[in-house]
Amino acid sequence: MISPAHYADVVTPSDTLTLESGSRIVMHALLAEEVNLIFGYPGGAIMPIYDALYDFKDDLQHILVRHEQGAIHAAQGYARASGRTGVVFATSGPGATNLVTGLADAMIDSTPLVCITGQVFAHLLGTDAFQETDVINITTPVTKWNYQVTDASEMAGALARAFYIAASGRPGPVLIDITKNAQLQQTDFEGYEKCSRIRSYRPKPVIRPAYISEAAALIDRAERPLVVFGQGVMLGKAEKEFIDFIEKADLPSAWTIMGMGALPTDHPLAVGMLGMHGNYGPNLLTNQCDVLIAVGMRFDDRVTGRLDKYATQAKIIHLDIDPAEIDKNIKATVPVWGDCKETLPLLTEAIQKKSHVAWRQKFAECHVREMDKVITPEQFPAGGPITMAEVMHQLNQYTGGEAIIVTDVGQHQMVACRYAVMNQSRSNITSGGLGTMGFGLPAAIGAKFGAPHRMVIAIVGDGGIQMTIQELGTIMQTGMKVKVLILNNEYLGMVRQWQELFHDHRYSFVQMSSPDYVQVANGYHIMAASVSAREDLTPALEKMIYHDGPYLLEIKVGKENNIFPMVPTGRSVSEIVLCKEEIRPS
Amino acid sequence: MKNEITITVYTENQVGLLNRIAILFSRRKINIESLNTSPSELEGIYRFTIVVLEEEEVVRKLARQIEKQIDVLKVYFNNNDEIIWQEMALYKVPADIIAEKVKVERLLRVNGARAVVIRKDYIVFETTGQREEINNLVARLEPFGLIEFVRSARIAIIKASAGIHDQILEFEEKLPGDTLTGNEFLNKHKEVVTE
Repeated sequence: MISPAHYADVVTPSDTLTLESGSRIVMHALLAEEVNLIFGYPGGAIMPIYDALYDFKDDLQHILVRHEQGAIHAAQGYARASGRTGVVFATSGPGATNLVTGLADAMIDSTPLVCITGQVFAHLLGTDAFQETDVINITTPVTKWNYQVTDASEMAGALARAFYIAASGRPGPVLIDITKNAQLQQTDFEGYEKCSRIRSYRPKPVIRPAYISEAAALIDRAERPLVVFGQGVMLGKAEKEFIDFIEKADLPSAWTIMGMGALPTDHPLAVGMLGMHGNYGPNLLTNQCDVLIAVGMRFDDRVTGRLDKYATQAKIIHLDIDPAEIDKNIKATVPVWGDCKETLPLLTEAIQKKSHVAWRQKFAECHVREMDKVITPEQFPAGGPITMAEVMHQLNQYTGGEAIIVTDVGQHQMVACRYAVMNQSRSNITSGGLGTMGFGLPAAIGAKFGAPHRMVIAIVGDGGIQMTIQELGTIMQTGMKVKVLILNNEYLGMVRQWQELFHDHRYSFVQMSSPDYVQVANGYHIMAASVSAREDLTPALEKMIYHDGPYLLEIKVGKENNIFPMVPTGRSVSEIVLCKEEIRPS
Repeated sequence: MKNEITITVYTENQVGLLNRIAILFSRRKINIESLNTSPSELEGIYRFTIVVLEEEEVVRKLARQIEKQIDVLKVYFNNNDEIIWQEMALYKVPADIIAEKVKVERLLRVNGARAVVIRKDYIVFETTGQREEINNLVARLEPFGLIEFVRSARIAIIKASAGIHDQILEFEEKLPGDTLTGNEFLNKHKEVVTE
């Protein structure tokens, strides 16, 4: 990998004007923004940019994917693993529309991306020209900001704003659509200047000291405090500040799926995952705590269950960088606006040292109950087919909590997030808000580029892998050592589970047949194996882990295993059930 | 309860921003009753005046989403008693009716209508006022053969606002406005934290 640091000063503003093409200004901008990797797919309307890239290919690595959706998911995986902004190139029309799912995913999961799309010549806009589509209007609801560059003189300024907006405040995707004439046009170029402020944009709300002391007073008086944290802790790079905070006041802490990994899963104060298929204790006890401290999370409906029965007994402290999140779903008793990197230390300073042994014991009791009813039987089944939880348990022995686990969407995702051990931040990469099937494989490729020295394991279902299976071609061409673990239950498992539990076993179009994955992988020159017998599982996992190269392992698991615990839709978090028999008719 | 609420949005001048704002309404299936864009007291800064029939809580959340857009400077929302507002209407009436029926002319004069164009075949009148006044006049003119009618969007001035000058100057340091950050528990320390 190229070290980006030395690019920072390559292009600096100078008094001497030089003529540059719009396309070459794009390259200068990328270098100045310390970008060294682009995921993309060329086409007619972006050819001048690709032509300019040819001159910069020693400094800007370009990963040719197999579909633009693969490019943007890879860029998401890269951004999530590295903490840097992912960059995507795509052409106009279908190239750009293929980015839409990834943009929506990055928008809802606050992932910093800059997507650059080609566009037809400016004079052809609105004429239904070949591969013309109104990309700006299509992407407006799924971008933090977007802009169409129709003149090369706008190029440097637009890109500077794009990189600034994508990564600052609450991060998100930005799309810059560049007409072909602007790419070709020569313009006076004074050098690229990074953007550091926009008059109408305030990425960080000013911290109000009064709220910090109000929050501290509530925490000091709390007898049963519960911290619920999300990805904001990682986005704010505040993992250490967060641990200092919870350790000082002995605060049991539960994570959302997006927050997983910000706190080591085996930390003494870690009490598990929230949400529909989260852990029993944190869900149940949300409705027993007296102060609920939300850090960088947005009270998604999959976390809260029924809103009017969510933590109604508790005072709510909500730390968030985005003022629009405060009071959006849950009314905050004390809103703490600001970057949690700054607000958490202030709060830690203001609170008293405390111990909540008896209250934490309740989480331990819940954990024992969940172990007995769910975790032990799932991880150590007496017989029958392999279970997903058993695979995760064994995988943990090999990763030691150091691997990046990238998941797709569905039952396997819930199992992976429930059972994976994680010791490092940025270890869990999953499509949380949008629930995008097909995310897993391309995101894992991107994650490997973002963290080349870490092991990256894509855990995917038989449904999701078949949505973006073409990206095995990207693995083949780049040789990235991604491990692909397919948990194949021959069903669209999560939908099947709901059909079983709530639709009277009417399995409507969820039976999914699969190709011979080993042959498919071998066709892409990727080593592969498939197992279905319990005695083959450990050696197969071991072979996958220690193979020096990409590897695909299909594990045939129980067809109709269900994910529990579960907060049924429309129910309160305290109505969480541990097994099918506990679900009461509504 | 749904009220008529006027949302005032100060923005930069950017192509596509109208759409970015409008889709925040349509996404939530909120109908825009009236929309006006105009320059503001500051050069280069635009002012949207948007009227919706909605609950205040819904508008509060919506206003935060609007203010979150990159090119939006500031958002206010107000009930009708907090603003001075006007709409303008144009009425095209057949000239012979005016000539023949004295009471029509009186009706227009009483309602403060001003003739903008007088031709042999028709006369165009203009009135400025609030929605009900304009609606009343339309209803009373209809029997006499109103050829064409058009009403403008609402424009509104916020009674309590000091304009945007000062805020623009200190925008980088500016706290989120009280209207948007107002919280029912704020300044109620004793009720929230009980001894």
